[in-house]
Amino acid sequence: MEKVKTIVLKEWAEVFKNRMVLFTVAFLPLLFTAMPLITLVATANLEGDISGVDSPPDEFFGDLCIELSEFDCTQVYLLNIYTLMFMMLPVIIPASIASYSIVGEKTARSLEPILATPITVLELVTAKAIAAIIPAIVVTWIAFGAYVIGAWFMVTETIFGYLVAPMWLIAVFIVGPLLALMAVSAAIMISSRVSDPRVAEQLSAIVVLPLLMLIIGQSVGFILIDRRVIVLMGVVVAVLDAGLLYLSVRVFQRETILTRWK
Amino acid sequence: MIKCENLTKKFDETLAVDRLTLDIAEGEVFGFLGPNGAGKTTTVRMLTSLIGPTAGEATVMGYKIGQDDQEIRRNVGILTETPGLYDRLSAWRNLTIYAKLYEVEQVAAQVEKYLKMLGLWARRHDAAGTFSKGMRQKLAIARTLLHEPKIIFLDEPTAGLDPEAAKLVRDFIAELKGEGRTIFICTHNLDEADRLCDRVAVFKTRLRVVNTPKALRKQLYGRQVVFHLAEAAEPFGAIAATFPFLKRTQTVENKLVLAMDEPERHNPEIIRHLVQSGANIQFVGELRHSLEDVYLQLVKDES
Ligand SMILES: Nc1ncnc2c1ncn2[C@@H]1O[C@H](COP(=O)(O)OP(=O)(O)OP(=O)(O)O)[C@@H](O)[C@H]1O
Ligand SMILES: [Mg+2]
Repeated sequence: MEKVKTIVLKEWAEVFKNRMVLFTVAFLPLLFTAMPLITLVATANLEGDISGVDSPPDEFFGDLCIELSEFDCTQVYLLNIYTLMFMMLPVIIPASIASYSIVGEKTARSLEPILATPITVLELVTAKAIAAIIPAIVVTWIAFGAYVIGAWFMVTETIFGYLVAPMWLIAVFIVGPLLALMAVSAAIMISSRVSDPRVAEQLSAIVVLPLLMLIIGQSVGFILIDRRVIVLMGVVVAVLDAGLLYLSVRVFQRETILTRWK
Repeated sequence: MIKCENLTKKFDETLAVDRLTLDIAEGEVFGFLGPNGAGKTTTVRMLTSLIGPTAGEATVMGYKIGQDDQEIRRNVGILTETPGLYDRLSAWRNLTIYAKLYEVEQVAAQVEKYLKMLGLWARRHDAAGTFSKGMRQKLAIARTLLHEPKIIFLDEPTAGLDPEAAKLVRDFIAELKGEGRTIFICTHNLDEADRLCDRVAVFKTRLRVVNTPKALRKQLYGRQVVFHLAEAAEPFGAIAATFPFLKRTQTVENKLVLAMDEPERHNPEIIRHLVQSGANIQFVGELRHSLEDVYLQLVKDES
């Protein structure tokens, strides 16, 4: 455990000196928090004349907000999309940290001396994963907290209730970490094959694709995100996690790292 | 301390190490010489439990590779071919990380000891990335020693260093030798092997020869004495050839080169005889072959 801690602290000391990583970790959450709040401010002024605009047909919302007015329902709908976008944070941040950390070690050839020490590969891979996942989760939760607090001032109590509905809490507090784990496992496998951290980062961020599909599906009215979808998503991600984790631990063997990694 | 028997490593098609058998004693400084691609790094990686052998076996300090790997890693130090430092972190931080990974008890004390010993104490807060090549190598050597390993593997410790830095590193290795540690050095630098090593192995996929540097020279060339004359040596070659103890006679311009086993005993007689025959002897000396000659000969012979 002492060794895992040593590596985690080392990862943070190293990787946060990297501007690209810092940008991802600091700027993206800011953006994702600011966007929905700005949208709320902008739409708040629309309230008066909403009846005048072409309001979306009721079927479009389905049973999303049965007891809400047309305007409130639009807000809930928009917030849902933004919260869904929030879920990209726990994918992109760990993918970025893990890619830079692993490809960085590869190019510096610092893995061989590390592997020569009596650390087990499981400790090493755990440390790498923790180092990437913790900042991602902490940042996501802080950003989500800021978003929720900001929204508190801007929306009605009813709408706020939708924002902190159990399905979103499950999404942020359970599915988020599961997604982060998936991104890290993907980043480990991809980093073992490529020598450019940016490529590794982008390839492992492909994990957000299903998420994007959900977002797009929701925006065009193809699917409606509800608690069922979120729970299903959690289950699917958990299963994928198990598979990817198994594969990434398999590429993370002393001999493989030293003789097969390119 | 290090024993291998028929240690073999194959990478897909390439045979990197072929049935290596060695026995290295405690406190010995062992030079592992071989051209690029000979399989030196592969051998070191097997002996430090970084990669597994395809066949054969080895024990290091009595621990079996492939079985007691964690014990081996705990007890040996390895200077890898490339230093592999964390460039963004300070020298002090680099060493502290390793001291912890090696389960060192007095982390701060050990880090301080080796930073001081290698002359890096004053720069301990600087990022390793700002160090010169020689300083980086010294930092990597310090890292190898933090846990006071009894066996140290050094993979080309002076490669790419300027003569001054190389000498510093070499002197340091000599110092380690004085502490009774067993040292396994891979090198291309034959002069270095000659000066530091108790025994050297010439290796190219297979072991070509193992012996002390001195014995290797003798084995290949015997002992030779060169007589510098004031005149052409040719006529005196025929005269010298009459001595029964001479193994070979050779003349080059005004140099007469005689091979024999005991020059200390025979030289006075030869000199007397040459002078009587009218030779004007200017210098007499033993012809010394460098280990490089031996090495080149061996590597050439077998390829
Ligand atoms: N991961 C690998 N995959 C395939 N072949 C390899 C691998 N590592 C080494 N080899 C091959 O094994 C042989 C020995 O390589 P090794 O690095 O051990 O040589 P070396 O003696 O250390 O050379 P150098 O003096 O250049 O460091 C070479 O032919 C090399 O191409
Ligand atoms: Mg090598």
